[in-house]
Amino acid sequence: MPLHLTEDQKLMRDMVRRLVQNEIAPRAAYYDRTHEYPWENIKKMSELGLMGVPIPEEWGGAGCDFLSYIITIEEISRACASTGVILAVHTSVGTMPILLFGTEEQKKKYIPRLASGEIIGAFALTEPGAGSDAASLTTSARLDGAHYVVNGSKIFISNGGAAGVYITFVRTEPGSKGYQGITCLIVEKDTPGFYIGKREEKMGLHADHTTELIFENARVPRENVLGMEGDGFRVAMALLDGGRIGIGAQGLGIAQGAFDVALEYARQRKQFGRPIIEQQAVGFMLADMATRIDAARALVYRAARLKDMGLPHAKEASMAKMYATDTAMEVTTNAVQILGGYGYCKDYPVERMMRDAKVTQIYEGTNQIQRLVIAKNLMKE
Amino acid sequence: MNIVVCMKQTFDTEAKIALDANGKINKQGVSLIMNPYCEFAVEEALRIKEKHGGEVTVVSVGGPEAQDALRQALAMGADKAVLVDPGMEEVDEFTTATILAKAISGLQYDIVLGGFRAIDDGSAQVAGRVAEILGLPVVNVVTKLEIADGKATATKEIEGGSQVLEVALPAVFTAQKGLNEPRYPSMKGIMQAKKKPMEKKTLADLGLDAGQVAPKVKALSYFLPSARAAGKIIPGEPADAARDLVKALREEAKVI
Repeated sequence: MPLHLTEDQKLMRDMVRRLVQNEIAPRAAYYDRTHEYPWENIKKMSELGLMGVPIPEEWGGAGCDFLSYIITIEEISRACASTGVILAVHTSVGTMPILLFGTEEQKKKYIPRLASGEIIGAFALTEPGAGSDAASLTTSARLDGAHYVVNGSKIFISNGGAAGVYITFVRTEPGSKGYQGITCLIVEKDTPGFYIGKREEKMGLHADHTTELIFENARVPRENVLGMEGDGFRVAMALLDGGRIGIGAQGLGIAQGAFDVALEYARQRKQFGRPIIEQQAVGFMLADMATRIDAARALVYRAARLKDMGLPHAKEASMAKMYATDTAMEVTTNAVQILGGYGYCKDYPVERMMRDAKVTQIYEGTNQIQRLVIAKNLMKE
Repeated sequence: MNIVVCMKQTFDTEAKIALDANGKINKQGVSLIMNPYCEFAVEEALRIKEKHGGEVTVVSVGGPEAQDALRQALAMGADKAVLVDPGMEEVDEFTTATILAKAISGLQYDIVLGGFRAIDDGSAQVAGRVAEILGLPVVNVVTKLEIADGKATATKEIEGGSQVLEVALPAVFTAQKGLNEPRYPSMKGIMQAKKKPMEKKTLADLGLDAGQVAPKVKALSYFLPSARAAGKIIPGEPADAARDLVKALREEAKVI
């Protein structure tokens, strides 16, 4: 039984579960195999209002709390981790920054279209030379009349090509170093001089298109500055915690999905005359997996609840992200082990889940960075 | 066009049924859902409303837990819900139908819909009884329903085919699988559901007392199907094996 949920949260979870069971799960292997962007899923999710779960009703969202949004990502990721991360990136870092830092005009122009799923959001911070050390980014933007002229490139951008709006971080003060002189821009897909570059060939999350973004004298209107000029790093930092809880939920969902398959298999599969779950070696693996998943859920939901209550949650978000995604890796690896040779084949979903799980330990702050955040918070306490 | 839907909350189709120490069905920790046939009825009511206007009221007899299923109906788009808690441990089809009919008689209605049966006890009686008490015609196992000019054209299943019937409203219809594909409640619907009225009533609120609705049928016992035993292969030459088989059928299985 999950931790206590409100009526709305339960209704919503049940609705998402049914959607996932009937529509998303049956297509997950197809999208993994073909590397197609799951537009069919996005369409269904848009119809049901899932593209703007935590966005206030006045801006076209569902007006739910953050925990409801987290549960949505968890449930979707149980069957299709690609769709889970597409939603997480779209919402946590593609839409929320405009809600938090946008002017009235910017909100009016973008949020209703994002929250309805008419356009997808993306977030462009990482560069070839700026990963965990995001403040070392070098993409430059020079003011030319009413426009910024942007030059440089971004890599590993989720929803690249599919998104209509890219929350992009650039250096607006030439010669500035570190977090000073960084500005956040809303870059529209059709901006002159803005191109979608190479699509990465990844180990997993095949349906989430991850691309390079190229800026060659791209002209972005100055009115598209999000937040204050030179204050972009603060915008990026404000989004981290929410983003991390979202990816924690994705890891949690992947782990739960793999566990469900492994448990079912271990009950059915007979060797030496009895179901393999009765072999202690397998039973104990499942016991550890179930316990870790419950612990991960407790951490992820706690972080979401703290955020809903407006309380500090940086440390808790990092704990949730790190633990849930490490759990995803461990549980999916063990699920493949329990299914044995079948688990290694694509007829069963666990090999996909194992490939999908790996990146959750890497993106949205590597789990090494999360430990650093937790340790720094412990020093301050 | 005012539509009333009779709705029952049942065990989840995937729930594992077990008996408790008293031999009753153990309800502890079992997840509950809206009876799938009632879900077809709710969906049909919403489609009629979308086409012809009006209001959809969903009525259920059950304990406080039944609010979850009612809220789901509200989230799908129903306008209001009425829950009558009979305050009784054991009810039968007579109890439920008497209460539903009383509750419905206080409402405006042109159409009454329900699932043709519930997936738990499967008795398929309640909607018919409600129609009888209210003096309304009833069409069962409907797979298509069209409303025009105060009349309904209903397609129902009959053995080996279908039958198309015309009936004047008001009337009762029970939904069969195939009538429609129920919608998912949208996020907007879920958020609106809590602002919609949910009336909670007791028997006294309806002017009934426990004696008037006391069940007429009593369940004596419940039992689960016995676990299927493993098959047995009788080895040997055909003549010997046949002799052993007959012996086993006579002495062990005692069927001949």
